[in-house]
Amino acid sequence: MKDQVFPHRHLLGIEGLTPIEINHLLDLSERYIAVNRSSKKTNESLKGRTIINLFFENSTRTRTSFELAALRLGANVINMQVETSSVAKGETLIDTAVTLNAMHPDVLAVRHSDSGAVKLLADKVNCGVVNGGDGSHEHPTQALLDALTIRRRKGRLSGLIVAICGDVLHSRVARSNFYLLLTMGARVRIIAPKTLIPSGVNRLGVEVFTDMSKGLKDADIVMMLRVQNERMKGSFIPSVREYFRFFGLDRQKLAQAKPDALIMHPGPMNRGTEIDSDVADDFERSAIREQVELGVAVRMAVLEVLAKNNMAFTSAGAGK
Amino acid sequence: MSVAKPGKVAYVNAHIIDPASGFDGPGELVTVGEEIADIGAKVFDGKPGKDVAVIDCGGHILAPGLVDMRVQLREPGEEHKESLKSGGEAAVAGGVTTMVGLPNTNPIIDDEATVEYVARRARLQALTKVYVYGAATKGLQGKELAEMGLLAEAGAVGFTDGTKAISEAQVLRRALSYASTFNFLIIQHPEEPSLANGVMNSGEMSTRLGLSGIPREAEIIMLERDLRLVAMTGARYHAAHISTAESVEIIARAKAKGLNVTCDTAPFYFALNELSVGDYRTFAKLSPPLRTEADRQAIVEGLRTGVIDCIASDHAPHDQDSKRLPFAQAAFGGSGLETLLAVSLGLHHTEEMKLIDVLRRLTLAPAKLLDLDAGRLAKGQKADLVIFNPHQGWKVVADDFRSKSKNSPFDGQPVQGKVLRTVIDGRTVFESKA
Repeated sequence: MKDQVFPHRHLLGIEGLTPIEINHLLDLSERYIAVNRSSKKTNESLKGRTIINLFFENSTRTRTSFELAALRLGANVINMQVETSSVAKGETLIDTAVTLNAMHPDVLAVRHSDSGAVKLLADKVNCGVVNGGDGSHEHPTQALLDALTIRRRKGRLSGLIVAICGDVLHSRVARSNFYLLLTMGARVRIIAPKTLIPSGVNRLGVEVFTDMSKGLKDADIVMMLRVQNERMKGSFIPSVREYFRFFGLDRQKLAQAKPDALIMHPGPMNRGTEIDSDVADDFERSAIREQVELGVAVRMAVLEVLAKNNMAFTSAGAGK
Repeated sequence: MSVAKPGKVAYVNAHIIDPASGFDGPGELVTVGEEIADIGAKVFDGKPGKDVAVIDCGGHILAPGLVDMRVQLREPGEEHKESLKSGGEAAVAGGVTTMVGLPNTNPIIDDEATVEYVARRARLQALTKVYVYGAATKGLQGKELAEMGLLAEAGAVGFTDGTKAISEAQVLRRALSYASTFNFLIIQHPEEPSLANGVMNSGEMSTRLGLSGIPREAEIIMLERDLRLVAMTGARYHAAHISTAESVEIIARAKAKGLNVTCDTAPFYFALNELSVGDYRTFAKLSPPLRTEADRQAIVEGLRTGVIDCIASDHAPHDQDSKRLPFAQAAFGGSGLETLLAVSLGLHHTEEMKLIDVLRRLTLAPAKLLDLDAGRLAKGQKADLVIFNPHQGWKVVADDFRSKSKNSPFDGQPVQGKVLRTVIDGRTVFESKA
């Protein structure tokens, strides 16, 4: 039977989800936190199901998180990496999708470096697809785990001021977070040099700042984004040194935020580039390790819902 | 040249012109130490007291010292062409009390250490106040953004690639965008390099002389493109030394649209035209090249209407060896500090611009643009002053320049307007012998 509240076949993005759907996924995730913290750590709800992690872009953290989530639900997991797959031999994305589809998986967790590639693939398969990050477009499970972290620490999402700092231009994490946080009634600010602010971003409903001390003022949540080193050599940013001076999170800049402001980072962190170790490792303020932990719970909830929905779609003959 | 200790000094019998306040008439000004203590039509009830040194201005003009926003310093790296010492001496002889140097020194000013080095050398060596622009791109290569934020913290007052255009559109876009993060000013040498491989203005004159031409379109195209990027990024943009009639129109349109755009020109472009190249005179080989008479007139008109905000000397000192060459091989640029005021006064004498408006473009306008504490006469302000006789004629003799370089396109030309005294921080740093 399909999930009553989240009856969708895929989770390709946060954009378009309702507050009820988002809360439902967060509630389901909440249940798995306890499972993950117990010694048994397993639940047999997806026993016999097949999950394929299809990663066209290097990833350790997200792939491991999806893999653990599937294993803890009792599913069979296959990891396909781009280096070892036939994609490297020239197979097109759609051919790969059709090939995998023929093997009857229940859910594909897909990451691709091109925006929209996961959607393209999802259109060609009969199973559920969860977007594990596509280009600079969306990374829905990251936004869900961020939201879960915030909700557990602050008790709510609505009305909070969330400052997202860094390379917003190239960030799928930022986009998924905009949609989720704004849908849930939070205020979202972005803080970045203008070279890393996407055009028209204010139309999405976020407030734009270029000065850290102004953007962090009274923030409840400070979410730092990774800046790729290759963007720091003069193309978008003059240097790492200059970036850290003006946009790196340190104690002094953090002092503008609320005293109990939570520090988050989707990882992997560039210490000394966008965040000072002193702040990143602050046990009281930093939720960075908690984000990683809750990531597994969120992915368990998402895989479970999509796998169950997939059974219903398949048995009803609804999927083409 | 006498360097008096600043006590209390009264400048009396002056015609004071201060573009900031609009004051334009007979007046008196008092300095105490380094600052202006009082200014007005009549400061003293009777005679100044005995403790006051009195300087009789002889009814001549007393104005804020000139702020020259475009000077090539040559130090560090090419001290045989100009040093901070010789450049400072040339500046004060021209009534310039503040000058802003381009980053095209050697080493290039693209790190904090060089900004600080020049500032320290200038304090020790230069009579004038010296500021610098930082490089907009690393090594002035037009590829990677320079550390503008850190350079500004070290004291850079704006960003430019100096005598080179930031030519790649994507690089300029990012430079404007990044600069606007901090509200920094980007200063462009507006000349499309792929069109600018000639040696003088392209036209009948270059054809007659058999010299390769730089078409006016090199400037026009770059300006038009740049302003699209300015509109896109919302950045502050300043076009240096505009030289064509179309450039004036383009800037006027951009201003009417509300863009954050300003521009300057140099005396070369409103006082001379391409005929100065005459018999292959390399002193008239400038960048951008001298244009036609119609362009010159349009530049004058742009100054009159205020489309052109500032006048800068564009001082580009070169040694003899760089200019004593066949025209095509000679260096671009002219010495300008010592003729800046006198040639600019020509706008008042022959082109009927109000004197206060000419002075505004030489003082207040550049100071405001670069956010410098200069260019105005007011209580509490540092006493940076120039006293000049606007009517006194003299002949430009480049060999008499204090600048190490004598490459003036005005050499031998009669001009009208003589600097009598230049004061910086209350100290007289230059006094005319005549």
